Amino acid sequence: MSALRGAGDAAVLARRNLSHIRQTPEKLMDVTIQPLMFVLLFAYVFGGAIHIPGGSYNDYLVGGIMVQTLTFGIFGPATSLSTDLREGILDRFRSLPIARSSFLVGHLASAAVSLSLALVVMVVSGLIVGWTIESDPAEALGGFVLLAIFSLTMLWLAMVIGLLARSPDTVTGIAFIIVFPLTFVANTFVPAATLPPLLRTVAEYNPISAVAAAVRTLFGNPTAIPPGAPWPLQHPVVASLIWCAIGLGVFIPTAIWLYRLRTTG
Amino acid sequence: MPGASVSPAGVVAHSLAKRFGEKWALRDFDLEVPRGSVLGLLGHNGAGKTTAIRILTTLTLPTSGGAEVAGLDVLAEPARVRERIGLAGQYASVDDLLTASANLEMVGRLYHLTREEAARRAAELLERLGLADVAGDLVRTFSGGMRRRLDLAASLMGGPEVLFLDEPTTGLDPQARSELWELIGQQLAGGTTVILTTQYLEEADRLADTVVVLDHGRTVAAGAPRELKASVGGGRVALRLGAAGLERAAETVAPFATGPIEREESEQRLSFPVDARTRLVDVLRSLDGAGVDVADLQRVEPTLDDVFLSLTTGGGTPS
Repeated sequence: MSALRGAGDAAVLARRNLSHIRQTPEKLMDVTIQPLMFVLLFAYVFGGAIHIPGGSYNDYLVGGIMVQTLTFGIFGPATSLSTDLREGILDRFRSLPIARSSFLVGHLASAAVSLSLALVVMVVSGLIVGWTIESDPAEALGGFVLLAIFSLTMLWLAMVIGLLARSPDTVTGIAFIIVFPLTFVANTFVPAATLPPLLRTVAEYNPISAVAAAVRTLFGNPTAIPPGAPWPLQHPVVASLIWCAIGLGVFIPTAIWLYRLRTTG
Repeated sequence: MPGASVSPAGVVAHSLAKRFGEKWALRDFDLEVPRGSVLGLLGHNGAGKTTAIRILTTLTLPTSGGAEVAGLDVLAEPARVRERIGLAGQYASVDDLLTASANLEMVGRLYHLTREEAARRAAELLERLGLADVAGDLVRTFSGGMRRRLDLAASLMGGPEVLFLDEPTTGLDPQARSELWELIGQQLAGGTTVILTTQYLEEADRLADTVVVLDHGRTVAAGAPRELKASVGGGRVALRLGAAGLERAAETVAPFATGPIEREESEQRLSFPVDARTRLVDVLRSLDGAGVDVADLQRVEPTLDDVFLSLTTGGGTPS
């Protein structure tokens, strides 16, 4: 009963966040135009220069772009959470008879809705540039489930960043420092084996590489992982699930702790 | 069990205290507000008013002491307290990116009203607070006064037993302020218990049945607003000069002043507290006799500073 009510409160708050998009449609750019641009940019500008052993670059690319977009997806929710914390609106919510968790869950839920839109954009633009799912339906479904789990992990990281930032303006800076190296020093756009030695090692153990490789595996796309690659790349699905479990295990309690810290005293 | 209190009080506080680091924001705060009455918490910035409100509305925990709101212990049953209160905050906590009616409907849904009930109540409150014409407008287009009215409407969405208004008119121009006083007065007819914080003696006088004056976290006076005003004496006299000569004017009125004379050089204005028996015509005669060109002279309401002055000097009470 109370769990049901808590979900209802979170839904009301999620709807509020989503109706902000109607007033500032540019908020949707990072989940619509941006993934589309990345697909087109890499498929047509850089793609010709990148050789993927055992397949086409566009088949390799889409899994990477999906992971990259979901990682970049932390900017929006982290910023809107931070904005709410700075303004008096949180006091209003906290003075209402709502479940304590519903404020954070509302932010997670609205972000999940807009990222689902991003995923649709990526699938469609991928199909346009010639990407195909080669695996059977069950595995393909597994690919989308993994993307959802990964995205949830990143969204809890977004909550942590939003709660840590002193103001909405600093969110971008913090998120950038985390997101950029994480997505680019990885096999997201090029196989890790092509990187210079030190960066190559970083990329091979980067969680983003494991998730991108797992998504490619589950969609039946080329992974360009050489036989001698380290364990996480040899077993990308298991490695991804382990990484996500660690991430959720760290980010959820941290976010809850920070939220309590910022709302008491 | 304190939660099952049968006292007719709307709000009770016993020895509430809140410390931030080394500083006590509130100390030895006792309160008993009868159900259906209006209490004004009067004090400057940092006096502890907002801290008291935040504790009573379950937003913050006291360092020590306890409180009951609508018969419920705020520490033991914060969730049930929240079902019975409404809060209009100092920073007008409404959502800029939603329309006025969307704001109220959202708050109504969070009070667990049905969709229809929330929409009906939102429309009714927008009507009552004179916002019906702008119901579909985004709040970011609103003036300060309109935002405060919407904030007040939001605090009334749940049909609260106890309403908290934290500096409802701070920052508004005099016109918007007296409009809001009018509206608050009308909303209070229903027997709701209200705690209102303010820096304006006039506001407490207009709205409150009882006033508690806070200074640096401590209660320094309590009573009916009328008593408080009476203790201040005759209020203030304000005058504006038609030509230069502020210094000379100040010297001339000094015998009438019961406290420091405040000057505004750029505006050629000065004001000073006076005794209740001081007659304006005597002040004017002295100024005229001294050759001061007076453009305007009037008696104005005493300010919170005058209250503090009379409290600290122990008097000014006319016999």
